[in-house]
Order: sequence, then C-alpha cells, then structure tokens
Amino acid sequence: MDIWFFLIQVMNGVQYGLLLFLVASGLTLIFGIMGIINLAHGSFYMLGAYLTFWLLQTVDSLFLAILLALPISAAVGYLIEALLVRVLYRRDHLDQVLLTYGLILIFNEAQRMLWGGDVHGIKVPGGLDWSIRLTETLSYPVYRIALSAVCAALAGGMYLVIQRTRFGMWIRAGASNRDMVAALGINVKLLFGAVFAVGAVLAALSGAIAAPINSIGPGMGDSILIICFVVVVIGGVGSIKGAFLGALLIGLADTFGKVLAPDFASFSVYGVMAVVLLVKPRGLFA
Amino acid sequence: MSRLPRSLAVVLTLSVVLLALYPVFGQVVFPNKHAFLMQKLTGIMIMAVMAMSLDLLVGVAGLVSLGHAAFFGLGGYMLAMLSPEYAAANLWLVLPATLIAVAFAAAIVGYLSIRTSGIYFIMVTLAFGQMGFYFFNDSKFAGGSDGAYIMVKPAVEILGVSVLNLGDKRTLYYVGFGTLVGVYLLLRVLLASPFGRVVSAIGVNENRVRGLGFDPVVYKLVAFTIGGTIAGLAGFLAAIQYGFVNPATLSWHHSGEALVMVILGGMGTLFGPAIGAFVFELARMGFEAMTDHWLLPMGAMIIAIVLVLPKGIGGFLLQVFSARSKVEDGQ
Repeated sequence: MDIWFFLIQVMNGVQYGLLLFLVASGLTLIFGIMGIINLAHGSFYMLGAYLTFWLLQTVDSLFLAILLALPISAAVGYLIEALLVRVLYRRDHLDQVLLTYGLILIFNEAQRMLWGGDVHGIKVPGGLDWSIRLTETLSYPVYRIALSAVCAALAGGMYLVIQRTRFGMWIRAGASNRDMVAALGINVKLLFGAVFAVGAVLAALSGAIAAPINSIGPGMGDSILIICFVVVVIGGVGSIKGAFLGALLIGLADTFGKVLAPDFASFSVYGVMAVVLLVKPRGLFA
Repeated sequence: MSRLPRSLAVVLTLSVVLLALYPVFGQVVFPNKHAFLMQKLTGIMIMAVMAMSLDLLVGVAGLVSLGHAAFFGLGGYMLAMLSPEYAAANLWLVLPATLIAVAFAAAIVGYLSIRTSGIYFIMVTLAFGQMGFYFFNDSKFAGGSDGAYIMVKPAVEILGVSVLNLGDKRTLYYVGFGTLVGVYLLLRVLLASPFGRVVSAIGVNENRVRGLGFDPVVYKLVAFTIGGTIAGLAGFLAAIQYGFVNPATLSWHHSGEALVMVILGGMGTLFGPAIGAFVFELARMGFEAMTDHWLLPMGAMIIAIVLVLPKGIGGFLLQVFSARSKVEDGQ
C-alpha cells in the first residue's frame, strides 16, 4: 500500500472517529448521568442534518444555517426530556428502550412528512471546497480537515468544561453517584434537562457538519445510532475517555475494513466490538 | 412462574379457541379479506412464537438479547440451503437438521455472550446478530442481499404418504397455530420444572442463586440455547410460509421488533409477549390501512402504552384479573 494512500485512510478514519465521538459523547453522558438508554439519540443527528438542509433554502450560509439549527435542536431535546423521559428515571431500562423506540418511529415519520423520502446533498461551503494535492493522483479535501479540526476542538472544549468548571464537576459527580448529587442540593431536574439538551445539540451538530460529505436521507439516524452504541459500549458506558478511544478505534476499523475487505466492511466493526467485549466484558474504561 | 388467575386462564383459552376457529368463521365475517387475514394471522402466530422464545431470555432469565433475529433468520436460511432447487425437501430430515444447527449456533453465541451482563450483553448479542446479518448479506453464498427462494415447500410424508400439504394456506395456518400453542405449553412446563425455577431465580437475583450453589452460567446457557432454537423453529416456519428468505430477517431491526413485542406484551408473563405480537402486528396493519404515515400513530401508541401500562399488556391483565379473583374468593 502506498504511504500516501495509507495516510489518507488514516485521516479518513480519524475524521470519522472524531465525528462518531461527538455523537457518542452525548449518548454516553445521558446514560452515565441520567441512567437513560436513549434510542432516539440518532434522531437528533438526523434532525440536525435536515434542519440545516431546510434552513439553507432560506439563508445562504452553511455556518448561519447550522447556528440556527442548534437552538431548535436544543429546544426539541429539552422538551422531550421534560415531557417524556422525565417519567422514566425510576423505571426499568427496557421501558426507556421501548419509549425511545416509539420516539424513533415518530421522528422518522415526521421527517418523511416534512421533507419526503428523497436523499439530499449539501454543497461544501465556498472557501472550503478545494483539495490539497498530495501526489500526482491523490489529493485530500480541505472540508474533511476542517471537519476534523472542529470535532477535535469541540472534544477539547468538552474536556475543559468537564474537568475545569462547576457544571463539569456536577456532571462527573452525577456520573459516579446520582443520588448523592441530588442530596447535595443540586437541581437535578435542571441538570438532567441540560445534559439531555447538550447531548441533542452535539448529535444535531454532528449531523449538520457531516452533511456536506455524507448524504442526507431517511434512516440516517438509525444507522449512526447503532454505530454509536458500539462506540459507547467499547469504551465503557458512561466514560467520555472511553467513548473517545472507542470512536477512533471504530472509525479506523470501519475505514480500513472498507479498503482491505470491502465485502466484509461492516463485519469488521462488529468484529472489533465482539473481541473487545470478550476480552474486557465491561468495555475499555468502565 | 405462578399459575394464572382462573378468570384470566378462561379468557385466554377462549381467545385461543377463537383463533382455532378462525378459518371456519373467517369466510363469513370477513368475506373480502378472508384469505389475506388468514395468511396474516399465520405470520403473526409465527412471530408470537418468536416473541415467547425471546421472553424466556428477556423476561425470565434477565438476558436482554438484541440479536435474537439471527436465530430466526438462520432457521429460514437452513431450510433454503437444505432444500433441493426444484423438488420438495423431506421435512423429517430438514427440520431436525435446522434445529440442531440453530441450537449449535445459539450455544456458541450464548457461551461467548453470557460472560457479559446488562447493557453489555445487549450490545454483544447485537454484534453477533449483525455479524450474522452481514454474513448472509455481503457474501454471495445463499443469494447475498437478494435472499433465496424456497421453490417447493417441504413434503411431510409418513411411509410415503403425504400427511400434510404445507402449500395449503389453511393447513399452514393450523401448523402455525399448533406451534404457538405447543411452544407455549412447552415453555410453561419448562418454567414449572426445577430447571425453570432456577432460571427464573437468576432473572430476579443472580447472586443469590450462585450463593445457593447453582452455577448460573450453565442455566443461562441452556436457556439461551432453548430460546434460540425456538426462534429458529419460528424462522423455519416463516420461510415455509413466504417461500423466501432474505438477510433482513436476521437484522437488528427484526430483533428490535421482537423485543418491542416482548416489552409491550409484558416481560416474563409468556402469554403477554404473544399478545404483544398480535397487538404490534395488527396495529401496524390497521394503521397502514388508515394512513400513509402509519409510523406516527404506531410510535404514539407504543409511547402511550409505556406511560400508562408500566408492566405491559400482560402485566396489566394479570393485575386486573388477580384483583377480580381475590374479590371472587371473598378476600
């Protein structure tokens, strides 16, 4: 394998991994802190992509469209938490699975009613629509690099917020002992609502910024959801660090799986997960 | 599992009798749709068998599997692969061969999966299910993503005389019905046995069971294998009914639907998940007939049931009928 070709695959793998991390971090936070298995998380990814696509018909800047899509996603996330998820904190995990499964159906149908069953694309914004030439035949699109940079910056920002701020302290405390946090007089309802909304925003943002390189279509939320669960479980449920490493591992496994064994690409992701869980039954960082 | 309240047992028996008589009165009640409904009901009864087999894992043993459809799909694929292309297979050979193969696969997957627990177990079974899906989807073997046809239904002969014509819709209906009732009774007997009691206890508190000197791993593995094998039987019947298998029968969507039927119907009640299968499939049929956007009312119905009936339909029925029988007994 050519060294440049290899490097490009590594960059693709890392870029996909960073994107997966953005989606999966919300999922793992919501599970770690609130104890909720949220199957509708992938729907927020879809929501972000479709909102951006829809807003782009009115505003002509991708940046502005994404900026407008985020508060809408946050509001939808907060409302769902306040109206439905809140009822389920003391219930069995399987009730949560069932309720959020119902939500997926509603999201998918709402998407079909509002935007139809077609697959759409979003143009790469001007200024980022060129490629860096690596060799005679190979080049690398700048948008993918920008995407990786944004994801990496957000991951770094998340690290700072969680490690250095009071809100982050509550989150860490909530992840290790929920009841104790409530006993300390922290407004848990508000904290949970905020975590859910932040998770929704992170997923929506990922869907929006990935839209120019992936297509937007029905069912996009379902496929990302399953991959994100794989990431979360490999890393150890509730662990942000684990989600980060798990995401990179899956990003690289998927990319190289597609290059080396195109017929069994999807097999590789699940193969990695099976091996990890058989060696460490509670994930890498539980 | 304790005995059902008598009044509930009566209601359930009456429903089963009604189901048994459907091919007789269906023509009169639904003159235009009779054939379609009979076919639909056959499919639902097969799904109910699958839901009950999953309940043995989820509701009884506490093993929440999201890869159960892999065994259902494997059952169908075994029939497709064992059937000669233009001739009937011998049921007495292909059925045992299928069940043995599925049991073997379930034992291997179970052996590897039950090392984990909780959400990790859900995800490992999902991983194995998806590996099965991609195995049949991506390889050219057995039709790839297009699936495979079973051109001729298996022959059921005793001493060279055909006893059941599986090509006949009504015969197939009763095969499905018999399997539904048979599997239900089999699972009831199993759960009442000492083995079943240990498995139920594991679902409630695994550590105590270990403390009592039982090895939970062995019991969970046997339960997983039995559940998988019954799902394989359901997949085998579905393949006979549709004459076709495709990779989607193994996918996590299918596993998820079965899980929804179990939770909706009421975990651990055994009759509940069977009802869950009927409610799920009939609601889907009804909503599909009413509107193009049937997922919307379907999702709303599922959410409403979660919010209103925390123990599922089966749990609700048990509550209602056990309260009534207490009144009847003057307690």
